[in-house]
Amino acid sequence: MARSTGKDAHALFHALRSAYPATPTNLKIIDLYVGFSVFTALTQVAYMAIVGFPFNSFLSGVLSCIGTAILALLRIQVNKENKEFKDLAAERAFVDFVLCNLVLHLVIMNFLG
Amino acid sequence: MAGPPEQAPAPGLRYAFGSVLSFFILLLIGVFAFSIRLFSVIKYESVIHEFDPYFNYRVTQFLTKNGIYDFWNWFDDRTWYPLGRVIGGTVYPGLTLTAGTIWWLLNSLNIPLSVETVCVFTAPIFSAFAAWATYLLTKEVKGAGAGLTAAALLAMVPSYISRSVAGSYDNEAVAIFALIFTFYLYIKTLNTGSLFYATLNAIAYFYMVCSWGGYTFIINLIPMHALLCIVTGRYSSRLYVAYAPLVVLGTLLAALVPVVGFNAVMTSEHFASFLVFIIIHVVALVDYIKGSLSPKMFKVAVTLVVSVGLAVCFAVVAVLVALVASSPTMGWSGRSLSLLDPTYASKYIPIIASVSEHQPPTWPSYFMDINVLAFLVPAGIIACFLPLSDASSFVVLYIVTSVYFSGVMVRLMLVLAPAACIMSGIALSEAFDVFTRSIKFQLPGLSGNSEVNAGDGSSSTVVAQNDAAKTDKREDTLKDRPSRKNKKKEKEKEHVEKAPVKSKVKRLLVLPLEASVVALLLIVLLGAFYVVHCVWAAAEAYSAPSIVLTSHSHDGLHVFDDFREAYAWLSHNTDVDDKVASWWDYGYQTTAMANRTVIVDNNTWNNTHIATVGTAMSSPEKAAWEIFNSLDVKYVLVVFGGLVGYPSDDINKFLWMVRIGGGVFPHIKEPDYLRDGQYRIDSQATPTMLNCLMYKLSYYRFVETDGKAFDRVRRTEIGKKYFKLTHFDEVFTTHHWMVRIYKLRPPKNRIRGKTKKPKSKGSSTTSSKRGGTRKKNPWH
Repeated sequence: MARSTGKDAHALFHALRSAYPATPTNLKIIDLYVGFSVFTALTQVAYMAIVGFPFNSFLSGVLSCIGTAILALLRIQVNKENKEFKDLAAERAFVDFVLCNLVLHLVIMNFLG
Repeated sequence: MAGPPEQAPAPGLRYAFGSVLSFFILLLIGVFAFSIRLFSVIKYESVIHEFDPYFNYRVTQFLTKNGIYDFWNWFDDRTWYPLGRVIGGTVYPGLTLTAGTIWWLLNSLNIPLSVETVCVFTAPIFSAFAAWATYLLTKEVKGAGAGLTAAALLAMVPSYISRSVAGSYDNEAVAIFALIFTFYLYIKTLNTGSLFYATLNAIAYFYMVCSWGGYTFIINLIPMHALLCIVTGRYSSRLYVAYAPLVVLGTLLAALVPVVGFNAVMTSEHFASFLVFIIIHVVALVDYIKGSLSPKMFKVAVTLVVSVGLAVCFAVVAVLVALVASSPTMGWSGRSLSLLDPTYASKYIPIIASVSEHQPPTWPSYFMDINVLAFLVPAGIIACFLPLSDASSFVVLYIVTSVYFSGVMVRLMLVLAPAACIMSGIALSEAFDVFTRSIKFQLPGLSGNSEVNAGDGSSSTVVAQNDAAKTDKREDTLKDRPSRKNKKKEKEKEHVEKAPVKSKVKRLLVLPLEASVVALLLIVLLGAFYVVHCVWAAAEAYSAPSIVLTSHSHDGLHVFDDFREAYAWLSHNTDVDDKVASWWDYGYQTTAMANRTVIVDNNTWNNTHIATVGTAMSSPEKAAWEIFNSLDVKYVLVVFGGLVGYPSDDINKFLWMVRIGGGVFPHIKEPDYLRDGQYRIDSQATPTMLNCLMYKLSYYRFVETDGKAFDRVRRTEIGKKYFKLTHFDEVFTTHHWMVRIYKLRPPKNRIRGKTKKPKSKGSSTTSSKRGGTRKKNPWH
């Protein structure tokens, strides 16, 4: 059982790794952006664990990172393979993304203190 | 569109006509919602009602006079003396900012309305907005016809009227509008998947957080619904768009409001949203991987992840549970706990239990407050299941949770009202649909060749008839307004003639003609009963301003304006810095109308302070004088209804004072004031009761009114009739003896024969009680 799971796991990773490069470049850029913001959020958590204050700036920073990561649902909306959003123009999706980011950053700047 | 060419302009014209008609209907609904709430202005005057609105009014006055920065940083030292209250950080600013903005806008347009007028009329205006928001929400769930019906029902529902009459300037006036509007935007985002509406949803949620503490209902209902969708297999990326930005943006925006602050991430009320946030990400990830892998690989991935992830999951959950369980209330606030466990408040927090709005409702109050809707709601729930969509599952969840919460606290019937209106609107609209379709199908000679789809209009199988059937449906559902029904039927018959449509007929769903006509008439009659009840409730039951009372007797109308008389006396005959002590009910009114500093008020945030006042009221005169003197009190105010029969006076509330005082100061024991478990003030009352300050201040010189001292509320003669006050002077009693104001006598200059140390051998209860209060001084 262990041997077959080992082989299956290997095959799984191979399948995953082969599926990913198939995604188009613009989606990969968005994924890179998401990865960067998650990394920044983790750095802030580590800093907070070490230093310990101020709380509102920490909240603001972490939530900003999570927020920008969320807004990578732009990726979902732009992905041509996604049939739910086929009648949503990519430009409209991007404008929505910019608007939401504006509101998010306005709130964060206010909360940063 | 297939069909004869002359039909091409007709459906377009019908569509335009329909939308103009619905616009005018909505306008009428708004006007109606506004005007049904004006009964109190007509019957009494344009005055602010009750207790809480006076505080909001005072805050709005401050805002309009001093501007927003001073308002945000305001520390109020005229209340909760000597503690003061940080207004900026403890008030929900939505209502005051809204009214302040309206006032400022009107004044900048040179329409000089006073702040009081704006405050009085804010609630009716926002109830019109709430009716329109209900239309939008129900339109998203079921269609325009249901929307119009639901809006009409909400404009009149007595439960909402009770908290939003002209003059009831309280948080719920704008909060219910914000609630419905937030739900509408959530459903709209769910239906369209557009990030624009998600942003608007977050902003509307922010307005809701600003307005009312009940925003925790939203932040728990929406995660519950998201979880429901995931569990029933309806996960889609539209759900992700609707949920994830709302949680992130919403939490940040909620943390911006000073009242909420860090509670947005630290209290248990918000944990549900974070939990579902994590869950939805896991589901989204699984969905993504499932899309990019073959099924066999996916199964392997699942087994691998499940075995590894489960261990990690358990560890994280264990840590979380330990964290939460370490706080005694598990991180929930007192009010939320009393909602989840209805017996909690009566066991631990008597103040929450004593508020009459927090009691469970009685069965008749359901019928009084939502009337006919009470039995239309189940029909609406069934209609929501045919077919079940994300939006209709949300509305079903909303009604179920709000029914539970309204059963715990009578005040939350207000949250039930919009849900009941939506459900009933859906039910009525569907019923109208079926009946009118049956009638249209069976009218002889007019629809001989045109067979209309008599079942559920959305399941037409042939594309060609889709458009025509849709316009037919719109025509049908627009006829829901009872007053316009007959006129519309004539027009609709002509249109049916012009547009013969052939489609599949479901004969089984067509009811006999007479039955349909009778059923339609009965539904119209039902609506008429509802309207009559609502107008009666608004006029008679919910329009009392409660600071002015009236009664009808054989010699005409008596007006009891005693409260304002007393506050006016206070503001004219005392110094600006004098402190007034009374029970917390009257705190807001005293600061707003009499402009004097009070000891405790309706905010009830400090239980010990209220218990101090309660103890003073329950103690004999000397002990009470000591307590009041230590608080720098100059005047004591009591409300007494014995002469006129006003039942909400302080003697009736006295047992709560004893309970709350006894909760902090153990020397006050409730059984001391009861004779055989019964609360009496007549000759059978206990000596503790007959000697306490409340009894003495209420009944001082009462025997002079009719010689027998008959208390009209308790319906007995009082126990101790002739007594003098040793530490207080009566300074004012209003015309009907409803408010009585006493002044503390200054301390004597010479104390005869007493040393500084309090006598420990005193056999009288007074000195031992005084020793007791000394020992239990809470300020040390």
